Amino acid sequence: MAATKTSAIEPGLPLAADAAENTRLRSSQRRWLVSLKSNRAALVSVVVLVLLVSMALFAPWIAPKDPAFIDPSIRLLGPSSEYRFGTDAFGRDVLSRVIYGARVSLMIGVSVTIVAAIIGSILGLVSGYYDRLDTPIMRIMDGLMAFPSILLAIAIMASLGPRTINVFIALTVVYVPIVARLVRGSTLVLKQQPHVESARSIGLRDHTILFRYIFANSLSPLIVQCTFVIALAIISESSLSFLGAGVPPETPSWGNMLRDGQQLIQRAWWMAIFPGIALVATVLTLNILGDGLRDAFDPRARER
Amino acid sequence: MLTYILRRVLLLIPVMLIVGVVVFMLVHLTPGDPAAVILGQNATGEQIQALRDRLGLNDPLLVQFWTWFSNALRGDFGDSIFLGMPVTEALQQRAPPTALLTTYALIISILIGVPAGVVAAVKRNSLVDRGLMLVSISGAAIPTFFLGILLILIFAVRLRWLPSGGYTPITEDPVKHFKGMILPSFTLGFASAGLLARLVRSSMLDVLREDYVRTAMAKGLVYRKVVTRHALRNALIPAITVIGYSLGALLGGAVVTETVFTIPGMGRLVVQSIARRDYPLIQGAIMIIAAIYVLVNLIVDILYVYVDPRIRYGGN
Repeated sequence: MAATKTSAIEPGLPLAADAAENTRLRSSQRRWLVSLKSNRAALVSVVVLVLLVSMALFAPWIAPKDPAFIDPSIRLLGPSSEYRFGTDAFGRDVLSRVIYGARVSLMIGVSVTIVAAIIGSILGLVSGYYDRLDTPIMRIMDGLMAFPSILLAIAIMASLGPRTINVFIALTVVYVPIVARLVRGSTLVLKQQPHVESARSIGLRDHTILFRYIFANSLSPLIVQCTFVIALAIISESSLSFLGAGVPPETPSWGNMLRDGQQLIQRAWWMAIFPGIALVATVLTLNILGDGLRDAFDPRARER
Repeated sequence: MLTYILRRVLLLIPVMLIVGVVVFMLVHLTPGDPAAVILGQNATGEQIQALRDRLGLNDPLLVQFWTWFSNALRGDFGDSIFLGMPVTEALQQRAPPTALLTTYALIISILIGVPAGVVAAVKRNSLVDRGLMLVSISGAAIPTFFLGILLILIFAVRLRWLPSGGYTPITEDPVKHFKGMILPSFTLGFASAGLLARLVRSSMLDVLREDYVRTAMAKGLVYRKVVTRHALRNALIPAITVIGYSLGALLGGAVVTETVFTIPGMGRLVVQSIARRDYPLIQGAIMIIAAIYVLVNLIVDILYVYVDPRIRYGGN
């Protein structure tokens, strides 16, 4: 499909070159897949992630109880065969809440990353490619990065108010500059490369050059970075909730559960420990996957 | 060198201006009238109008920004709405715990991170190396507040060795002060220690491959001496950047750590101010923390160029 589209726009470009590029791309894709498959830790992390995602998707079928059902007669019960992770101060089932918590964390982590990747990539491409726009865009990014990230998120949440959509907005603002910087860096390098120069000299339009020749070639570091951004966003979301500046307090999110759990840590350790373990497992998995992807894309890095 | 410093200082101006715009905009991002939001539902129209006047909300936006920003540059962030005192004064009262906590955490992260990185590099691919790296990767995966809760559960609730929270000024009772700060400092410093360990390990591995290390070995120096005298010094140069970056993470993490351990610092004040919608205070605190962060990074960058002449004569 790509080939026909290209030839329609620039009839002069030989199709063979395009086909060759496609094969090269496919074989390099296969190479990193092979490399990833030989990395046991990364493979395990993929399996765990699939489990986590299905847990989030199928929460209503997996969760043994209704996560919002309040029953004061069974409050603060320790883990048992009926309530495997115990119950909280309202008699709600901790296991079910942990399962539902995966929804909040993953939804925010993934959506923040996707939107931050799109906005950040556009800003990075534009500022790396057009010298005139470089300084204004990057100074704004520097300004946003001058805040410790959690503090910027807290500040935005303080003015927007504790709603889930606001957490998404706040964290997107926090992570856009990271992506923008990364993509700008690869753009600066790639725009000097012969294939981009020749694309320019045969008169391709800027947006074609930017997306087909520059963006496409900076994808692998971006994907690696995005894996880490998901993890960071999940930590930030739970930190915000823990501080009372995140998703609404009644929402079953891991951060909210840890907040409730800390207040009762003397009496009910299970209220904090289980959501905490879920959180650490998710973030650890994403980090291991990110490391694995980086090694797969760039075999030189693996030596370290 | 001087031109480099000058250039870096000049670059601060746009960055701080943007920081100022962002912090200023916070109040105006609020859905609805900030004055009405601050006063709550029972406020009369007159009260709202009075607060609008006091906050200068009736002026054009640019005028508001300029008044606010020029005052902020002089360290005047207005009065805290809830505490009824100047923001600067309130922050000054709360600064010492935060400064001490961050400093202790930084010291802990260096004391743990550097030796761990060196040992891991020297014993590369051994069990010790793998163990250390596993711990350091977990450091990045455990959110500060969960680590804090875990440590409270183990050392305060179960073993009863250390207090679970609270703060004693160092001037009042140094022993109690340090005892109370052990868990918070470790909680805050752990992630940075892991990051530092990984960085020192990888730069140490690079340095150990260098010719001068081989020369030092060839002339018969003891391995331990080569590592500490020749390799470590050079391996630590990249670590300086990470320490600067860490300080930002530590300042941010202090907000969370202070909340977990109920330490009356600037971070906890910010968190408490969110529910009270005390915007001047939030603005002031965030502005000051961002300024500290920017300054520290400037110092780190300059230091970096100072210790590594290659950068001075290479780029720039």
